[in-house]
Amino acid sequence: ELYHSLPFFCFLLGKCFKKGLKGKGFVLLVKLACTVVASFVLCWLPFFTEREQTLQVLRRLFPVDRGLFEDKVANIWCSFNVFLKIRDILPRHIQLIMSFCFTFLSLLPACIRLTLQPSSKGFRLTLVSCALSFFLFSFQVHEKSILLVSLPVCLVLSEIPFMSTWFLLVSTFSLLPLLLKDELLMPSVVTTMAFFIACVTSFSIFEKTSEEELQLKSFSISVRKYLPCFTFLSRMIQYLFLISVITMVLLTLMTVTLDPPQKLPDLFSVLVCFVSCLNFLFFLVYFNIIIMWDSKSGRNQKKIS
Amino acid sequence: MAAFTIAAGTGNWFSALALGVTLLKCLLIPTYHSTDFEVHRNWLAITHSLPISQWYYEATSEWTLDYPPFFAWFEYILSHVAKYFDQEMLNVRNLNYSSSRTLLFQRFSVIFMDVLFVYAVHECCKCIDGKKVGKELTEKPKFILSVLLMWNFGLLIVDHIHFQYNGFLFGLMLLSIARLFQKRHMEGAFFFAVLLHFKHIYLYVAPAYGVYLLRSYCFTANKPDGSVRWNSFSFVRVISLGLVVFLVSALSLGPFLALNQLPQVFSRLFPFKRGLCHAYWAPNFWALYNALDKVLSVIGLKLKFLDPNNIPKASMTSGLVQQFQHTVLPSVTPLTTLICTLIAILVRTQQMILLPQPPEYQGIQPSIFCLWFKPQGPRGFLRCLTLCALSSFMFGWHVHEKAILLAILPMSLLSVQKAGDASIFLILTTTGHYSLFPLLFTAPELPIKILLMLLFTIYSISSLKTLFRKEKPLFNWMETFYLLGLGPLEVCCEFVFPFTSWKVKYPFLPLLLTSVYCAVGITYAWFKLYVSVLIDPPVGKTKKQ
Repeated sequence: ELYHSLPFFCFLLGKCFKKGLKGKGFVLLVKLACTVVASFVLCWLPFFTEREQTLQVLRRLFPVDRGLFEDKVANIWCSFNVFLKIRDILPRHIQLIMSFCFTFLSLLPACIRLTLQPSSKGFRLTLVSCALSFFLFSFQVHEKSILLVSLPVCLVLSEIPFMSTWFLLVSTFSLLPLLLKDELLMPSVVTTMAFFIACVTSFSIFEKTSEEELQLKSFSISVRKYLPCFTFLSRMIQYLFLISVITMVLLTLMTVTLDPPQKLPDLFSVLVCFVSCLNFLFFLVYFNIIIMWDSKSGRNQKKIS
Repeated sequence: MAAFTIAAGTGNWFSALALGVTLLKCLLIPTYHSTDFEVHRNWLAITHSLPISQWYYEATSEWTLDYPPFFAWFEYILSHVAKYFDQEMLNVRNLNYSSSRTLLFQRFSVIFMDVLFVYAVHECCKCIDGKKVGKELTEKPKFILSVLLMWNFGLLIVDHIHFQYNGFLFGLMLLSIARLFQKRHMEGAFFFAVLLHFKHIYLYVAPAYGVYLLRSYCFTANKPDGSVRWNSFSFVRVISLGLVVFLVSALSLGPFLALNQLPQVFSRLFPFKRGLCHAYWAPNFWALYNALDKVLSVIGLKLKFLDPNNIPKASMTSGLVQQFQHTVLPSVTPLTTLICTLIAILVRTQQMILLPQPPEYQGIQPSIFCLWFKPQGPRGFLRCLTLCALSSFMFGWHVHEKAILLAILPMSLLSVQKAGDASIFLILTTTGHYSLFPLLFTAPELPIKILLMLLFTIYSISSLKTLFRKEKPLFNWMETFYLLGLGPLEVCCEFVFPFTSWKVKYPFLPLLLTSVYCAVGITYAWFKLYVSVLIDPPVGKTKKQ
């Protein structure tokens, strides 16, 4: 749950700041801090008896000895590993520091924005982007952790139906090698199709692909100040969606029907991870853009009204 | 992108429903399948590898071909697709062969053939008039009818778990009904004739078709009071109908007539050597009759009226398919059941013909004679058809409990139009579906069948209640109590009984209880339907046919 912890922290901190640090805000801060510390102490009390005990729990919770990643996961490091074997080249502590820095840097803008302007919508979007940053850059990530990102995306499903549906389709696709191992191909295909049909009929997602619906209006206005010809964002995103879906379907068919060549036995799972990773990077950029530019438009609207 | 939108069917609820149920059927692929799976595999093998002259004689497997020739041809066509999936399944000697590819092929063939059923439901929806157009989607009769038909629980578990091909057969029947509603009588007759040669169980409803077509199609006009105008008899129409039926039959039975195999074909189609009741008693009148017989024999033994040596041991409840003698009550022969069925359909013939009809009794007429003397158009035909199906279920010989679907599906069409029909439909469908539970007795299917049944029952009751909320409540306290009693019955039979000591001594007790309890409900629904057909309010002015 560390994936979700930072947005909670920033949101609550932002609320405290909003109320003013010299009055109610400070009281709220103290109350929150006491609650958090108390619950932590209650959970960890049995393990505080010995220093070695505490360290062992930490070692088990954060298995840094297992390496940067295990098996195939739709992660930056795994995808990067295809081209440059960083897992073998770099020493362990450098890998740790690198992943920590990248994770932290990628989620910093969104968190700062949330602290300065805490809002319900911003909170949910920051949950998504923080979890996604953790998933993409963190140490020893399992494929199932994508669910920690899918959950906040479901919370924004009603506001950004098109992108959320697309994300949820990709997240199920990224689990394909795992599902095949469990012989769950038919149920997963059927439920993915059912979910897609449900989204299409209840949210009419294909009618909500305009710039405004995608919450990208303010962003494209800003870009148009420098590049007046930047009017094709909406269509570009639709084409990207089409390409993404076609690639996913093709890869699924290939994984099921064809046998991988002898020299590259993991070809299909690596391809699945790679394609998913590219999609996730795109989503990371998209959600961060929404967060950064959304607050601006919110402020502008307040000024106008 | 616009084309994609249209293709994705945004807002088209019918496609969404059809696609949704198809996806559900795909999820049911790896579930339990009964011996019917082997039956159809065997028929694929027989029709593929043997010449026509051998089809109705082949007996390597115990599951011999006992459907009419059109179904055999259907299996033949399927077998040509099957050979691309798994050649081994087409070998007659490969008994009980069920590789994963065989399973996949057979299941997908059922799902694919259901396309005909979906089309028929689409046509039926066109015949239903939406009363007030301004209501929201889920309250429209068309929507409710589509869900009740396409997501019918009984059809789902019989076709896609137990494994049968009822979907497209019921599609043919609904299509013929829809054509009759649309006044395209020749097509309706044609579809029904084809259906008869696919599965002869639909003979049960043939009288309704016969009388309706004769009365409303061959006699082209009515007198002002609604009775038949004899001089409007159209020979052309009669002959053309006869020609259609004759041609279809010739196509089906012709090759076997040429081979002099008709007696053999008929002996396969109508095996009267089987007993009055199936291994598991269908919840009809004979189930109640058997139960009464059993109770009386037990009482008789206890009170020393009967000699224990005269009673055949292990009769009827042993679960085997044989001929049995009743102990106390008179035994039942096939002829008896035929006579009972006919009487149920054509009751009060003597009264109708001999006594004059005073005006106040104009509204009181029995079912088939209703069709004849006071036709109410296609709706009256539908009621008669449902009543025929239900009566033959009640009194037929060696009825399988799956035959209740023959009454439930046409009744769905009636239920969305009148409140009285809706309440009869709900009782019939809930008890009928519950009586199908013993078909799926394996543990993994237990949650599936309970949840699907609850889903369907709760939806049907709540949607019909909402549709008819302006009229009086659908159930009285007795009916509510009876329907709620199904819950404890299920708990007893599935969860409590296996842990009691009676499981060894009386292993068929839960089946008996289920059968008798449902028989009560179905008999009650049949009776109510019968009464409603007899005492239907005078429609008033005639309709020019």
